[in-house]
Amino acid sequence: MNKILCLGIESTADDLGVGIASSEGKILANKRSTYTPEKGGIHPREAARHHSAQIGSVLESALSKAEVEPKDINLVAFSQGPGMGPCLRTGATIARALAIYLDVPLVGVNHAVAHIEIGRLAAKAGDPLTLFVSGGNTIVTGYEAGRYRIFGETLDIPVGNCLDVFAREAGLPYPGAPELERRALEGKKFISLPYLVKGMDLSFSGLLTAALEKLRSGEERLEDLCMSLQEVAFSMLGEVTERALAHTKKPELLLTGGVAANRRLQSIMQMIAEEHGAKSYVVPMEYALDNGAMIAWTGILAYLNGVKTPVSESYIKPKWRLDEVEITWLQ
Amino acid sequence: MAPIDDVPKLVAKGAEAELFLQTLWFGKTVLAKRRAKKKYRPSELDESILEYRTIHEAEIIHRAKEAGVSTPIIYLVDVPRATIYMEYVEGRVVRRMLDELPEDKRLNLFHRIGVLVGKLHNKGIVHGDLTTSNMILTATDRIYFVDFGLAELSGEVEKRGVDLHLMKCMLMSTHYRYAEECFSSFLKGYQEVMGKEATAEIVRKIDEIERRGRYVSERENLEDDDNQPK
Repeated sequence: MNKILCLGIESTADDLGVGIASSEGKILANKRSTYTPEKGGIHPREAARHHSAQIGSVLESALSKAEVEPKDINLVAFSQGPGMGPCLRTGATIARALAIYLDVPLVGVNHAVAHIEIGRLAAKAGDPLTLFVSGGNTIVTGYEAGRYRIFGETLDIPVGNCLDVFAREAGLPYPGAPELERRALEGKKFISLPYLVKGMDLSFSGLLTAALEKLRSGEERLEDLCMSLQEVAFSMLGEVTERALAHTKKPELLLTGGVAANRRLQSIMQMIAEEHGAKSYVVPMEYALDNGAMIAWTGILAYLNGVKTPVSESYIKPKWRLDEVEITWLQ
Repeated sequence: MAPIDDVPKLVAKGAEAELFLQTLWFGKTVLAKRRAKKKYRPSELDESILEYRTIHEAEIIHRAKEAGVSTPIIYLVDVPRATIYMEYVEGRVVRRMLDELPEDKRLNLFHRIGVLVGKLHNKGIVHGDLTTSNMILTATDRIYFVDFGLAELSGEVEKRGVDLHLMKCMLMSTHYRYAEECFSSFLKGYQEVMGKEATAEIVRKIDEIERRGRYVSERENLEDDDNQPK
């Protein structure tokens, strides 16, 4: 089979990404433009407006980075969900237009699957238990019989959202989570906060509320609160991940998604993997945050296994669950 | 503390605790469940989690008996070492035998499990980790619930709903081939104890919990026009 070049568009939230991947598993380009809110969190309509304004230049820079012409592209993939409606719709519109213009097939990709697949590709992992943590997702998952089965997930807000909102309320500069991680390093005193694990599922909203109350009381050092919030949140993730790893006996543990950039979480996952004799992998920084490369690569995997999304069926799926997707390329 | 007169033998190592077989009193073989310290969490947090869960589990194991559910006899609770010494229940772990069972036996087993969970809920016990790995079927055909590590005392519909929701998720992820039949058989047994109305309320709760989760497609038709092509 001839080499396939796939252009992938990611636009589930604040990041607009364009990536180009080849069927040999090479990432030729991975460009991104991020919408930064003036205040507060991501406004979906504003983010979508940013994406439509920036797509031209991101597309150009991805093509020139990959040193390919538009006519060399054989496949267009886009993140079809889950995510914010207006943002997804912008990406989908661009993808449809490109596919029609270039006269190539279109593939709608599940954003969560893409985070797992780029992690597997970059880490050369085979069949890992995966902790996917970001501003929009908190999922412990592993492949079993044709799907990525969800072993544990958040019952309310995602862990990245918990950290981001706390950082924002504490007045830390945007994006908040990396700054929160730096402050946490200077934390000395552990402050007790609610630890909520329900079976294999997690709840972060009570933790966030309690941390915000302590913050507003002004009785604690911000650094101590940052440290304690991170420790409690990551201990919860650690517990559920460890149980899933013990339960599935998978030989590998993969950490992926934006929160995977956190060093403290990385070291916790490594300790857990060692304890259970599993290999520990962390998605590289450039593929941790939302990116187009993961969409391009997953588009190739899906396409080579017979998945195509006709334009007429390419409507977005803002609530598309990871475990609804048939994974035809793994055994 | 009673003398321990033989070397503990590690028989199982879960994510949360290690299980040792040892001879403790009068030559009786007992199971020691020792909660492991987790080096990945701060020691203050670790200690409070271990202490709380050790005491709590022992209490609930006892209460479950009052509810009419077979659980191991507790001999000793050693809080500083986060260890519970209890009866060693011989039998087969339900998870490992399900695939071998013919369908009617499997459904019957889930019906009985449903009755037992109903009894727990009826007495205000929410299990918190209803998986088939935590259930043992003895040679005398009794189902033992052996792990109450995440159990709590509550009569809230919400918590009962989460309990059953977790059971359903466990079935979907581990026993997906026959998850649905098993769960409906389970619910029939549950209803025998809890009654029609309470069960219907909890089933509605489970649906609500499932929709509340992130990215649930069933929720789309209840919301805006996000799913429409634009």
